[in-house]
Amino acid sequence: MSALAQALRDGAVVTWRNLVGLRRVPDALLALTVQPIMFVVLFALVFAGSLGGEAYREFLIAGIFAQTVAFNVFFTTIGMANDLQKGIIDRFRSLPMSRVAVVLGRTTADLGVGVVTLVVMSLTGLVVGWRIRGSVLDAAAAFAILLLFSFAMSWIGVLVGLTARNVEVAQSAGLIWLFPFTFVSSAFVSVQGFPGWLQPVGEWNPVSAVARASRQLFGNPTQLPGFAESQAWPAQNAVLYAVLASLAIIAIFLPLAVARYRRVARR
Amino acid sequence: MRASTVVRVDVAVRVEGLVKRFGSTVALDGVDLTIPTGTVLGLLGPNGAGKTTMVRVLTTLLRPDAGRAEVVGHDVVAQPQAVRRAIGLSGQYAAVDENLTGFENLYLVGRLYGMGRAPSRARARELLGRFRLEDAAERPAKTYSGGMRRRLDLAGALVARPQVVVLDEPTTGLDPRGRLETWAMISELVADGATVLLTTQYLEEADQLADTIAVIDRGRVIAQGTADELKAQIGGERLQVVVARPDQLGFAGTVLTEVGVGEPIVDHHLRKVAVPVSSGTKALVEALRRFDVEGVEVLDVALHRPTLDDVFLTLTGRPVEDEPASGKASA
Repeated sequence: MSALAQALRDGAVVTWRNLVGLRRVPDALLALTVQPIMFVVLFALVFAGSLGGEAYREFLIAGIFAQTVAFNVFFTTIGMANDLQKGIIDRFRSLPMSRVAVVLGRTTADLGVGVVTLVVMSLTGLVVGWRIRGSVLDAAAAFAILLLFSFAMSWIGVLVGLTARNVEVAQSAGLIWLFPFTFVSSAFVSVQGFPGWLQPVGEWNPVSAVARASRQLFGNPTQLPGFAESQAWPAQNAVLYAVLASLAIIAIFLPLAVARYRRVARR
Repeated sequence: MRASTVVRVDVAVRVEGLVKRFGSTVALDGVDLTIPTGTVLGLLGPNGAGKTTMVRVLTTLLRPDAGRAEVVGHDVVAQPQAVRRAIGLSGQYAAVDENLTGFENLYLVGRLYGMGRAPSRARARELLGRFRLEDAAERPAKTYSGGMRRRLDLAGALVARPQVVVLDEPTTGLDPRGRLETWAMISELVADGATVLLTTQYLEEADQLADTIAVIDRGRVIAQGTADELKAQIGGERLQVVVARPDQLGFAGTVLTEVGVGEPIVDHHLRKVAVPVSSGTKALVEALRRFDVEGVEVLDVALHRPTLDDVFLTLTGRPVEDEPASGKASA
């Protein structure tokens, strides 16, 4: 069997194991369903009223999608740290399986997590008045971009989870960076409202591109009322940049995550 | 495919001059070991002696800094996948997936050894039966008792019928009943002719299960031989007496010298004298009779089999350092 075939076969087995495990953890199921509903409802109802009403709500939903799939990296971090602490990784490493399969199985299973959260959020969005105004094909492309981004983020989660000293450290280290990462973006507000020095960061943040690409493809407003459209390259080429940024994240973090897995030892 | 090529060798595990350092700590300091095919080696030592490091090198989880290690003819550094195909590992902390059922745990391991779906299922069922886990097969492992988890972990090590089974402290943390159950399982395994490396902190466990015992201390093998050879070296049972008055300690020592087979060890602080004896009960009765005649007041008297502490005291002249309390607690 070629190395790639073995990686895919073993990766599928580990994916199965992760999904079965996830189904049996009530906390995870709760986080998977209730949290996205809560985000959509809270942001749409609480913020939209004072920040621009209907237009803001349409603008906001795709931003929440982008933020939530980015936050799914947290599942990956915790999952990996848990397996490491409980000695599961040791057992996997002592088996004659592909060296890529454990991390691939984790990110693939968490792609499933991304699908569930997106379905839940979309349904909730529809309830609170969000609409897909573009074509079905465009909408499918938007969901594909969100999932690709979610998958890419998972590889960062693997690295963080395998590097953290224990699950508790993983819990804080896995969460803390996600706040600036998702908030310094156009997910909820306009980057044009940032201080000048912070604007480029927001413009080039992949979260901005993913949110904007989704808005374009869903046929939702891409800018808030009262702000000019951004002329920055990532905003002008949001779909392309969202895809490129996701692929770049995978290209950087997949080898790092696999290298980390090969050397990691439970402490 | 990953079907393993069976290499017929007389020596299943060969370790030569193995060194592993963690920073300035030397975990393995030139270990030499040989395990003949079909035999059980008990690696006996206290916490921190290097047992787990040894296991982790042999199972390809750690790379040694110097020396070499071979499992059924495959080098652990140069041919790690071949080594992994040949071994089954059961860890110190049962590495079962709590969220999977017992069946799913074993099925998963089978699949990851490269076995097909149907053979993996069949093997999982077979092992669940053999380890008396059928009734719990469909329950998530988080509902299992400590002993059940350990049995499941042990079963996991056997899924692919490995040539060498590595058991890292299989009974640490188990209650006496769980320990006896696990011993029974390992004995069966041994009867099947597997080559086993077993690490343990309990002399009794190594005695029960192993053909050869290697005593490891500070990363070095300080004694090696059959259980009988080792016992001949350290003596059999220990007779231990605590007297009420310090001035009677000398007399107690004289009595124990006469009934025992070696030099008594006197602890003035605890007013305790201990001596190896050849015939335990006879020596005990004789000593108590003499104490009674001379009016020596005895607070405590005990007859116990040698513990790891006794082995260490005899072999190194110093007690086990890591756990100063353990020797007094165990009997």
